Amino acid sequence: MKLTIEQVRHVANLARLSLTPEEEQRYATQLSAVLDAVAQLQELDVSGVEPTSHATLASSLLREDAMRPSLPPEKGLANAPSKVGTSFAVPKIIE
Amino acid sequence: MELTELSMLELAAKLAAGEVSSVEATRACLARVAQVDGQVKAFLRLDEKGALAAAEASDARRKAGNPASPLDGVPIGLKDIFLTEGVETTCGSRILQGFVPPYDATVVRLLKEAGLPVLGKLNMDEFAMGSSNEGSAYGPTHNPWRLDRTPGGSSGGSAAAVAAREVFGALGTDTGGSIRQPAAFTNLVGLKPTYGRVSRYGVIAYASSLDQVGPMTRTVADTAELLQLIARHDPLDSTSAPTEAPDYRADLESGVRGMRLGVPREYFINGMDPDVESTVREAMKAYERLGATLVDVSLPHTKYALATYYLLAPAEASSNLARYDGVRYGVRAKDARGLREMYGQTRERGFGAEVKRRIMLGTYALSAGYYDAYYVHAQKVRTLIREDFSRAFAQVDAILSPTSPVVAFKLGDKVDDPLAMYLMDVFTLPCNLAGLPGLSLPCGFTKKSMPIGLQILGKPFDEARLLRIARAFEREHDFHRRFAPL
Repeated sequence: MKLTIEQVRHVANLARLSLTPEEEQRYATQLSAVLDAVAQLQELDVSGVEPTSHATLASSLLREDAMRPSLPPEKGLANAPSKVGTSFAVPKIIE
Repeated sequence: MELTELSMLELAAKLAAGEVSSVEATRACLARVAQVDGQVKAFLRLDEKGALAAAEASDARRKAGNPASPLDGVPIGLKDIFLTEGVETTCGSRILQGFVPPYDATVVRLLKEAGLPVLGKLNMDEFAMGSSNEGSAYGPTHNPWRLDRTPGGSSGGSAAAVAAREVFGALGTDTGGSIRQPAAFTNLVGLKPTYGRVSRYGVIAYASSLDQVGPMTRTVADTAELLQLIARHDPLDSTSAPTEAPDYRADLESGVRGMRLGVPREYFINGMDPDVESTVREAMKAYERLGATLVDVSLPHTKYALATYYLLAPAEASSNLARYDGVRYGVRAKDARGLREMYGQTRERGFGAEVKRRIMLGTYALSAGYYDAYYVHAQKVRTLIREDFSRAFAQVDAILSPTSPVVAFKLGDKVDDPLAMYLMDVFTLPCNLAGLPGLSLPCGFTKKSMPIGLQILGKPFDEARLLRIARAFEREHDFHRRFAPL
């Protein structure tokens, strides 16, 4: 399957990646090759087969709905590239 | 014999007898790092101060007759994927440069509580995506057996550090073979436990339904001992199996007499290194001499495992790596105008080529219009692969195969050909898709003296049997006692 540059740009946008024109070209070629390779899965008839999301888990395990300590704000914010008080700071998005 | 050439348990015996101190062992490791790591480049960063403080505390416990565990005082290294409180953790990525975790991963906490000094953080393919360690943002690690070769990936730094005798053992993670393939490339024992056997809490996620933590050591007994410390239920990880681990050391020496060992016909393929094939077949014959019966088995969907993996793992990765947006941790593109541009530029500059490739592939497979055709379809094929194993394990106790179709290849050989690189995982990743335990064991060398690994796959939570099978071979051979010429 041949991926177009437009499709690569669309996927990059969904993935929040700003690609250079060279990368767009490269990924169009490389992802097309990988998609060609994975196309062999289509030859298998999987109708009636249940999907496996986790191989060894019969169901999701839920922990007790109880309060427990969490990271204090100063620790949670310690790695923030930018912060204001006890909040993460991001570029302004409204005028 | 040099101190750093001892196995973990041999050193532990000397520590227990008071013949050597943990501080001496830790200093010996640090001296070895100073001697060889300029060539091997296994370490991303050393925590000399922390390791020596832990060693001093261990010596005090030993002196008081109160060791925290059998391995108390034995220095180890950690793949840079494990959160370590107060020590920078980058996962081999530029995007996490400067990130200092505020807490320890559960496995790190368990090792610290068991008294093992952690020497530092080991190099890896960025976000564990790779089979050669060339995907690290901090440059490749070199194979101690031949410095122009890769140590494998993504736990290549862990493998190289243990093989180069810089540490006595290490932890890695295995999503599609990232413990077993580097173990095979560097003559180590590497175990990927059953999915859920070891906690993933605090382990930076790549593909959450496949990732599993495991030991990398120079002997089977060391692997059993290290697994014993980390295999337990963790309420902080909702995918952790809610059962306690058995004693992995109890039956280690019981041999394989009467066992039925499967040989899957699909695991010997065209293009395999002939030395790998002949050596692995010889190892299989050795098991017959030890009293096991070899049984021909078929895993008919093996040829679809690679494609299944390279849809499912990137899909999960694209979701897991959405958190690296420059807001809460890691680096941020400084000159972006607006939030959207900040996300895009941060991720563009922070991620390397392979990570971006997999994010793109995963995002595509999960996108509207393709989700059913790619992602759900691959999950159904995953079911067929699991069922293959279930049928095989109805006939046999374990399955034997090569770990990798080739030995360690030259650095740079496959970096521009993702499909050729992905083929390196062809024998290891079906085990991850099925959630099974798998172990790689040193089983011989090529004519050019490069190590070859034998893979042993088992039923879910049957790690004890894998270790017993591996030990039966190790007891009769000395391959694991050969050291990299460095």
